[in-house]
Amino acid sequence: MAEPSTQTQAPAGQTSFPPFETQNFPSQIFWLVLTFALLFVLMWRVALPRIGSILAERSKRIADDLTAAQSFKEKSEAANAAYEKSLTDARARAQSIASATHARQAAEAEATNKRLEAELHERLAAAERSIAATRTAAMGNVGTIASDTASALVERLIGKAPADHEVANAVGDALKRRG
Amino acid sequence: MQIDPIHQFQITNLIPIASVGGHEIAFTNSALYMMIIVAAVSALFIGATTRRAVVPGRLQSIAEVFYEFVAKTVRDSAGTEGMKFFPFVFTLFMFVLFANVIGLIPYSFTVTSQLIITVMLALTVFFLVVGYGFWRHGLHFLNLFVPKGVPIYILPAIVVIEVLSFLTRPVSHSVRLFANMLAGHITLQVFAGFIIMLAGFGVIGMFGAALPLFMVVTLSALELLVAVLQAYVFAILTCIYLNDAIHPGH
Repeated sequence: MAEPSTQTQAPAGQTSFPPFETQNFPSQIFWLVLTFALLFVLMWRVALPRIGSILAERSKRIADDLTAAQSFKEKSEAANAAYEKSLTDARARAQSIASATHARQAAEAEATNKRLEAELHERLAAAERSIAATRTAAMGNVGTIASDTASALVERLIGKAPADHEVANAVGDALKRRG
Repeated sequence: MQIDPIHQFQITNLIPIASVGGHEIAFTNSALYMMIIVAAVSALFIGATTRRAVVPGRLQSIAEVFYEFVAKTVRDSAGTEGMKFFPFVFTLFMFVLFANVIGLIPYSFTVTSQLIITVMLALTVFFLVVGYGFWRHGLHFLNLFVPKGVPIYILPAIVVIEVLSFLTRPVSHSVRLFANMLAGHITLQVFAGFIIMLAGFGVIGMFGAALPLFMVVTLSALELLVAVLQAYVFAILTCIYLNDAIHPGH
């Protein structure tokens, strides 16, 4: 280090090197101690606790928000599950109601069908019976009509009415031959 | 005189205050810049955080980034117990960083280019390490100088080397910062001087002056890097030394 100069300020251009001029040291030390101590106290007591609390508060807030978001998410998932379940239940109920209704209607239709069918069968049978009766009656009259006609024809041809039993026998034979 | 690269380190008495035991105490340009540093650091870390905003503004973000950066540095290199020294390391880092960066402003004064300042800061760290080491560990602090697993016949030599390296720490710690700042500012001033000299040689000189101008621009960027880096180096070395005081057994 340079020798301490007697001057408080080295004039410009002198060969001495300012950082090594020891006469400046006391006041530099004095002001360094003062300002550094002041800055240290300001940082230690004011700035750093404040920034630390800001950061802690922020991370706490973020953690709280995340927790809240998680619980909201769980709630919404539960609500969604409940909704899905009620939807499934409703669908199943609708299905069962529909199938019951369908079965009931099918049974009713079946019963109606059977009833109508039986009625129709009955009517058909009655009609057939009456047709058969009418036919039998008609067939019974055929012999009488044929005898009358035959006796009338014979009377016109020969001028004399044949005996009734002869006509009846002839008609009977004719009918027998025709089958 | 304008081109004298040493002139920028000149201490000038702005206000003489007192003389204590033959030593003059004066309000100098150095003192002024130390106060500017305190004001600037306080403005950033106290002024910008008054709102305590949960969503920070720009300056508060910067303050928080510095806080977390220094806290992480201290915790990584000196452990959780090292966080006791967090306010000290933080103050030291900010003081040196602001001194270095403010010093880069043209016509300003660089506090950290004064050897006595860096020596005082390094000695503070040194005595803090020694004081805390003995207070915390008593004589076990001396285990710092006795590495484990060293053969007994070379142990004396190792101990001597360890002690010497420990004692020279404040020297390297302070001179590293001082020399970096001093050399950088001298280099900048010399190249800036070339510009003025060449510009005095007429038109050709003016074109020639473009070269040192380019150098000054480039060096300014480099010096900004150096200013930040040296502040960081000063702080991290402080952390490493404090780690020795906290965990002397390696």
